[in-house]
Amino acid sequence: MACASEPHGSAFSAAELEFLAEDEMIEIVPNLSMKALNFISGDFGPFRPQIATQVPLWLAVALKKRGKCTIRAPEWMSVDKLAQVLEAERDSEKFQPLPFHYVEISRLLFDHARDDIPDIYMVRSLIEDIKDVRFHKIGTGLEIISKERTYALRLKNLSAMEANIVRPFVTSALETFYKLSSSEMIQESNHVPNRQPQATNRGPRRQLKDR
Amino acid sequence: MDSGGGEGYAVDDYESLMSTTDVELLKTAWRNEKAAPEILKFDSNLVQRSRQLIQFMEETVDEFNKNGVDPLTVSLYQMDLDRTMFLLRSYLRTRLQKIEKYVFHIRKTAELWNRLSLKEQQFAEGCAIDLKDHLEQSVLSKLPEQYQSHLRQSAASEDDDMVPEPQLDAYVVCRSKRYLGAFQLDDGGEEPVNIEADDLYALPYKSIKPLVESGQIDLV
Repeated sequence: MACASEPHGSAFSAAELEFLAEDEMIEIVPNLSMKALNFISGDFGPFRPQIATQVPLWLAVALKKRGKCTIRAPEWMSVDKLAQVLEAERDSEKFQPLPFHYVEISRLLFDHARDDIPDIYMVRSLIEDIKDVRFHKIGTGLEIISKERTYALRLKNLSAMEANIVRPFVTSALETFYKLSSSEMIQESNHVPNRQPQATNRGPRRQLKDR
Repeated sequence: MDSGGGEGYAVDDYESLMSTTDVELLKTAWRNEKAAPEILKFDSNLVQRSRQLIQFMEETVDEFNKNGVDPLTVSLYQMDLDRTMFLLRSYLRTRLQKIEKYVFHIRKTAELWNRLSLKEQQFAEGCAIDLKDHLEQSVLSKLPEQYQSHLRQSAASEDDDMVPEPQLDAYVVCRSKRYLGAFQLDDGGEEPVNIEADDLYALPYKSIKPLVESGQIDLV
């Protein structure tokens, strides 16, 4: 077939996802005085010692590396919150709401702000567990696609990293179903390479979360 | 637009406030361009504004250096500048890669050709000529006459069947900032998909193309 599927892997590299995550806002407590910064990406500050302020993560990490601030771990990164999420994640088939970039944000904070995260070992292992449970769910969710014909998929609460990882498989699987279901409909014109896929009879829409 | 997750994160409000900056727009354009199978319309106004912003910032950083502003502040401004420059470069490069890949297809399709900037059109011209010359010199000129076209398999082909085209029914992962309600995929009789705000969907690019072009939906 002329339009044989070309492999289009993950659209974004891990580094690019990290770049996007670095624009997420986070609270810092500076220990220096500095005038407001009027960046292309926005205005931040002014900075006064011991007065908390919101900055993008990349700026927080840059200041932290130079010992100019402490970073306040986001609320969702507390042991209590994460334990709740983990429990709910295990009990339910659905994905729990977490920040879109939770994987990248927690990684960046573990790497650069270890001393600012209370109970870092607990937090770290909880996030690892949550990640594992979620990836396992993604795996079983993908099996569903292969059992039933699917033409649209809702990926409720999937994070950036997770979506990026399943992208190559999910998209090519859906494309294959799309092609198969359309060729079933056109038996007499099998040889037309770029035929219009027929839209009817393509099975129910599946949601990755509802199973 | 990056925060996703549930409601109740204060970040969301802040970001909707910020979403109008040119950097946010550039980021959206970059993501869409990276994720879409075909080349999208060149956003010349946005690119021009970003260039001006970058130039202005470069001058500001130079001035800081001259006036002895403290090195920490200067380095932070430089980081912000570098991030914006990365976005702009990566956006332009992603487009050039697509142009290289589909150059013959873009050149013969007026709609696609008009999505390129003037400079991109010049690049595409050069690229098409070079590629054609290369194919002819290395292979095609040594084949029998009816197989010498770089666009057709043989003289008997009815149309250009050796021109790679982007696959528009490829699936993409997308997200809407707002609730879009029931959305009909294709023109078929399927039940419509309910597109909720901030949720991810895997849908065929072809069917959401108008929403991407009008900025209602972002590719992720």
